[in-house]
Amino acid sequence: MQRVYRGREGMISWALHRLTGLGVLLFLLIHIADIYVIGYGPEEFDSLLFIYHSLGFRLMEVMLVAALYYHAINGVRIILIDFWDGAVLIQRQLWYGGIIVFFLTFIPTAILMLRPLY
Amino acid sequence: MQSRGGGRARPAEGNGFEVFSWYFFRVSGLLLIFFAILHVVIMHVVNTVDEIDYAFVADRWNSPFWKVFDFLLLTLALLHGINGARVSIEDYVRSDGWRIVAMTTLWVTAFVFMVIGAMAIVTFDPAAFEAAHAGR
Repeated sequence: MQRVYRGREGMISWALHRLTGLGVLLFLLIHIADIYVIGYGPEEFDSLLFIYHSLGFRLMEVMLVAALYYHAINGVRIILIDFWDGAVLIQRQLWYGGIIVFFLTFIPTAILMLRPLY
Repeated sequence: MQSRGGGRARPAEGNGFEVFSWYFFRVSGLLLIFFAILHVVIMHVVNTVDEIDYAFVADRWNSPFWKVFDFLLLTLALLHGINGARVSIEDYVRSDGWRIVAMTTLWVTAFVFMVIGAMAIVTFDPAAFEAAHAGR
């Protein structure tokens, strides 16, 4: 029988941390490139803004914020575990607590971000 | 040292760069919670992408405070992100040849985006466009 590694919450939190981190990095590179265009003047910069106003990009921005919030919240969990022995014992509770904080912050943010659409 | 179940284990003392990278990750991460989330809240919650255009950025970058803020955000976010990509390459790219390709791409990307990002903020001068426009 094949043995499959199942790390439960710890493994999921690790994988999501990588995935969200690399996703935010990809957006950051795109964002640095688009802000570089501002040096070419108002016409050039404003002519690109239709990209940011498109529905697809708005939804991607909401996903970006989800990735950023998760990464920030789980990052705090990682730092707590690294420097405080007590956190090691409650790392699973910290994960579920983090997920609660994530939804409490992300849902209002997403509603406000998409307000021009409704 | 074994991982404590959160992130990577702290590298052994004596491995100078890796230990520095480990601490940098955590310190820059804490700073980015402030810088990146404030940036997102200002740009996407207080304002939305519909309000942001050249004039909006010009108004913001009129203030040295926001220029410094954005420069710190750029530097911290790019170095934090590139360091994460570097650790991912160390973990997943196994062959020497592909490692050289991946690491070269990574550091060239880091350098190019740091330069164009810094140029955008530092050399931004709306007065130059107004003068050119008036001269037409």
